[in-house]
Amino acid sequence: MRFVDEFRDADKAHALAAKIADLCEPGRQYKLMEVCGGHTHTIYKHGLEDYLPESITLVHGPGCPVCVIPMGRVDDAMALAAEPDTIMTSFGDMMRVPGSKGSFFDAKAAGTDIRMVYSPLDSLKIARQNPDKRVVFMAIGFETTTPSTAMTVLRAAAEGLTNFSVFCNHVTIIPAIKAILDSPDLRLDGFIGPGHVSTIIGCRPYEFIARDYGKPVVVAGFEPLDILQSIYLLMLQLAEGRSQVENQYTRVVPWDGNLAALKAITQVMELRPYFEWRGLGFISQSAMKMRPEYAAFDAELLFQVPGVRVADPKACQCGEVLKGVLKPWECKVFGTACTPETPIGTCMVSPEGACAAYYNFGRLHRRRVVEVSIS
Amino acid sequence: MTDGATWVDEALREHERETRSAAGRAAATGAEREQQVLDRIDKARRRRPKVREERITMAHGSGGKATRTLVEAVFVDAFSNVLLEPLEDAAQLHINGSRVALTTDSYVVSPLFFPGGDIGDLAVNGTVNDLAVSGATPLYLSAGFILEEGFPVADLTRIVASMKAAAETAGVQVVTGDTKVVQKGKADGCYINTAGVGVIEHDVSLGVANAQPGDVIIVSGPIGEHGVTIMLARGELDIEADLESDTAPLNGLIADLLSASTGVRALRDATRGGVATILNEVATSAGVGVQVNEDAIPVSTIVRGASELLGIDPMYVACEGRLVAVVAPDQAAAALAAMRAHPLGAQAAVIGEVTAEPPGAVLLKTAFGGTRIVDLLVGDPLPRIC
Repeated sequence: MRFVDEFRDADKAHALAAKIADLCEPGRQYKLMEVCGGHTHTIYKHGLEDYLPESITLVHGPGCPVCVIPMGRVDDAMALAAEPDTIMTSFGDMMRVPGSKGSFFDAKAAGTDIRMVYSPLDSLKIARQNPDKRVVFMAIGFETTTPSTAMTVLRAAAEGLTNFSVFCNHVTIIPAIKAILDSPDLRLDGFIGPGHVSTIIGCRPYEFIARDYGKPVVVAGFEPLDILQSIYLLMLQLAEGRSQVENQYTRVVPWDGNLAALKAITQVMELRPYFEWRGLGFISQSAMKMRPEYAAFDAELLFQVPGVRVADPKACQCGEVLKGVLKPWECKVFGTACTPETPIGTCMVSPEGACAAYYNFGRLHRRRVVEVSIS
Repeated sequence: MTDGATWVDEALREHERETRSAAGRAAATGAEREQQVLDRIDKARRRRPKVREERITMAHGSGGKATRTLVEAVFVDAFSNVLLEPLEDAAQLHINGSRVALTTDSYVVSPLFFPGGDIGDLAVNGTVNDLAVSGATPLYLSAGFILEEGFPVADLTRIVASMKAAAETAGVQVVTGDTKVVQKGKADGCYINTAGVGVIEHDVSLGVANAQPGDVIIVSGPIGEHGVTIMLARGELDIEADLESDTAPLNGLIADLLSASTGVRALRDATRGGVATILNEVATSAGVGVQVNEDAIPVSTIVRGASELLGIDPMYVACEGRLVAVVAPDQAAAALAAMRAHPLGAQAAVIGEVTAEPPGAVLLKTAFGGTRIVDLLVGDPLPRIC
């Protein structure tokens, strides 16, 4: 299939893998972080680690929209959904995220009207069809999804819809990366930059990582060869002692980002002074809220939101996993109490979560794996 | 989450016990520690399933892990008997010297009419196929209708006409039935239950538990077409594609296969949960490994394209006229030839083999050249496909 198969070519992968292996200095260990959960998913889904030498460790980063939502915000969303005459809409990924009193799926089974949407615009359709109900969209995600929420609000405003609002949980990637760089627990050699986020924000915002922290960044696409090539580019920078921002995903990511999308975001939203991230704690200027001009669409102003901070379950080590300090399987409850069917932490929920990706795809007894040979 | 505290605490205690006992030995390497964790997970997965939810959620109907847990923890636990416990598509009964297969299935697909079929032929083909994969010749069906007040009689007539046509094609008769009407809003138009009986004439005992290392795994044609068709037919995705459901009766194909090859160990029709779920059933029931080659799995370009766009894996998408066969290696060529000679098996392909290791797991060699696990899905992104 065009535009897919050429990015999954096993021969090219073997060639790249050989070049990567050549770049490894004997005795040196490399830790590269893939910031984005979409990359984590690709890495496990295609078995990409089979191509890497043992001295390269991929560390899974915080770029999984569902994973970074703290439990208190899930509880807030549940409280909103439970308001009378309310329909909550949400992306499918959110449905199984555990709050302190169960997930959206549990609430739905108990009678709360929670509907899965593929696009925030679908919420407007539901709002038009149910004029006597209040429709609240649970907005999550990094800069990738923020513009579509902003455009939805602009559309609702243009249509004069009065029964639609947004529970805004949009976050921004740069402060999270900075928090990880400043974290004393972790020594990273370089970053596989988030491809989708960069389609919006471009590559310039990462320049401080190369300049101030001396770490190379390669913005990468989402096919397995994209990631393998990005690892090669990172290893090449390390071998040559460079630290630069490079763009591997040129077919989609413009260096300066998408100005129209950025404009829509800034028209509708502004930075919050601080926001709580699961596992990373409070990070200043790291999330978006609705501007006062769009207060009529801000669920946090229209409804009573409990806003109670809820500590993660004591068994949950999602924070350490999100920061890349722990590998998924190093968590105390990984795969035993915390599984995709009964997730305790967010990382086990989303297909982009490091724990779910590892559990579903990577949980291999690798030493026992034999080549499949089929005549 | 009523027992939430207990199972989490138990897992923590287990972790601490094992960490303490490991601490006494020489410090384990990263790989050894990872292996210990994987072994602990295997142990946890073999435990008796338990339904932790207080209420039924959509995941319980997905055909994946939650369904299996519900079936094992609630139904098998209560009805416990040796005929039920193999959890095959049909029960195999011995009545006065005859071997009889009995099965039942309910159909709640939305929309009721879709490209390539409707709930009517689905309800006949699905039950015919459940009988056929147990090695039986399907003979008689029952049909129970649950209709919502206000449902158009013209639609019902159309559904019943396609049931009649499907029954004729499959060579079965609908010989008993039932009709119930519920108030508007208490059902979604029309639900159908069919049950079926057939006789097992071949001297074979089919079952996924029979799979042995070295056996070959064959699928009868391109996978995922029914599920993707239904998803697109709902019109929620604004994607149009020239695709039809693969709903079809498999009894003719299976009769040809069983006549041509004596080495067939197990047959399954890949419905909810798709081919991946069947491969997992083989691995779990027989205590073997299953290894498949992504390159070898037949998937149409349309299904692949739609799956890429929607972020779903065709391995988990339902078919309604596709067969997975586990065949002894020396009989594989004959079985493949017999399937390819039948119109419904023209694109049959060997997709992998049964291995001794790792028991209970399905491994996929990706087209990219890596290896990964193919597990059961937790929930289906596409409810009510059949």
